[in-house]
Amino acid sequence: MSTDLMTAQLSDTRVLQAIELVWQEAALLDAKDYQSWDALWTDSGRYIIPIDPETDDFDGSLNMVNDDTRMRRMRIERLTSGYSMSALAAARTVRTLSRFTVEERTDDSVTLRSAQILVGFKRDEQQTLAADVTHRIRYTESGPRLDLKVIRLVNSQGAVNASGYLL
Amino acid sequence: MTTSLDPTATDTRFADLADDDRVAGSLYTDPEIFEAELEKIFYRTWVWVAHESEIPEAGSFKQATIGRQPVIVNRDRKGNFNVLLNRCRHRGASVCEVPKGKANGFTCPYHSWSYALDGRLRGIPYPDGYDEDLDKKDLPLQSLRVESYAGMIFASFNPDVEPLDEFLGDAKVWIDLFMKQGAGYPIKTQGEHCFRFRGNWKIQLENTTDGYHFPIVHRSWMSSVDAETADMLSFMTDDNAVTHALGNGHSVAIMVPEHVDLDHDDGSEKIQARFDHIVDELSKTMPADQVRRIVRSMHGAGFNLNIFPNVAMSMSFFRVLRPISVDETEIRHIALGMDGGPEIVNRERLRIHEHFQGPFGFGSPDDSEAWDRVQRGSRGAPGMPIMVNRGLNREGLDSNGHRTSHVTDETGMREAYAMWKKMMNDEH
Repeated sequence: MSTDLMTAQLSDTRVLQAIELVWQEAALLDAKDYQSWDALWTDSGRYIIPIDPETDDFDGSLNMVNDDTRMRRMRIERLTSGYSMSALAAARTVRTLSRFTVEERTDDSVTLRSAQILVGFKRDEQQTLAADVTHRIRYTESGPRLDLKVIRLVNSQGAVNASGYLL
Repeated sequence: MTTSLDPTATDTRFADLADDDRVAGSLYTDPEIFEAELEKIFYRTWVWVAHESEIPEAGSFKQATIGRQPVIVNRDRKGNFNVLLNRCRHRGASVCEVPKGKANGFTCPYHSWSYALDGRLRGIPYPDGYDEDLDKKDLPLQSLRVESYAGMIFASFNPDVEPLDEFLGDAKVWIDLFMKQGAGYPIKTQGEHCFRFRGNWKIQLENTTDGYHFPIVHRSWMSSVDAETADMLSFMTDDNAVTHALGNGHSVAIMVPEHVDLDHDDGSEKIQARFDHIVDELSKTMPADQVRRIVRSMHGAGFNLNIFPNVAMSMSFFRVLRPISVDETEIRHIALGMDGGPEIVNRERLRIHEHFQGPFGFGSPDDSEAWDRVQRGSRGAPGMPIMVNRGLNREGLDSNGHRTSHVTDETGMREAYAMWKKMMNDEH
């Protein structure tokens, strides 16, 4: 991408709002404030961690996460209920998202791609998870909301250790 | 303990570590025991390497690991399954680093020695550097013993291993019952979750036959599914939910007695409301009895079949373990579907698998946390035993002579440890 084009995109207020939302989301997930995170989504939002690095046919393949709103809310309930021993013992995490590019702009949405690096710490061990992330941000009457999030882990086809937190 | 790991030595030093009702904590933590297990178990007996649907055509291959040794599993043009050590005969490089795919053969990238699907050495570049009496026939990729049963492919490094048929023994009946979840279609694999936990492989081996943990560790999953599914798995006080020890370390834990034989249907079971949309869709083209047969199979078979030492056929998926070190194990949960069956059914099965399994499933992370904690805790008080005595007070023999107790009892673990003890004490 040329510098001029990048500047043009970043001068688009909607793109800046989208990046701000992505950073707000990252802070909520690191804080494990899942109820506030839920409020960032549209009613038809999809939250996906695929295994196959190439596929866009998420329903036709096995994923690590393939959530619609109902499933995402059950996930939040599980993580906050106090009944999941892995959630209670979840790693403390810090993540950054950067290297933003604009994949698509429509009348009511912006689709961003970015790189995410997450470091988790639990019981004397640090874990790093790297991923290419796609966010589609939809502009609703209540403001920008997450409509699609796809996290493509670099090790999605290798061993991804079980965790009590969300990407 | 001595440090000799000579597999030909007479060896009884493991005899005292596994008793009928307890095992030594060092079975999880002693690196020397782990090394001996690789030699005496993983390199001596049958180890599951693939389901035939993973290598469907001539030239299809996948990589697998037996103990620490990398192997290639393939199907050749004659339809035979081959399991080859993934190690060039020249200088030891791996000849394949693609997890799965199709190939005409395997060529070492280092000096281009090339091998056929059955392991034969086909070509050596610039052969004039070798004596004329070098015979390519003498230098194939190392072949392992391979046999399969009902699509389950097993391999062994031991050329003298007993026939697979005998090794599986009474587990074969249960393999056949497990495959009935295809509801008339062959079983196919449809993706897998892979994760590692910080614990010994036997902790996982035990878990597949541990009904006792289910409502405790998986309470958050139970509360997230519909009431009918939760009821289906409420086996804690069901007298028909039992575990049978099947011999050779194998066992079966029955969680849903009415789904042991999916061909048997007395008509009393109500189809779960969560599958109404599938019933509606299938009913457009299928007779009602076939629809019912398929939907009753949606959660898989009503039991976990534990095949010693590395594979479980667990309700609707395969659970494959790979020992990495004394305190690290890799687990694969392979999702199953109906080969040629209705797409809507296979997709629903993927969603059911995702709900429980994998690193972000509602079940696997809690299992993994429990197993990590067994490993961490068992480092304390090395002389204190691990108890596997639950149900000894009510264990009896079933009509086939199998030791049987309630599914929450530890009969299956005792069976696995009896085999462990036998193999670890065997003179090889």
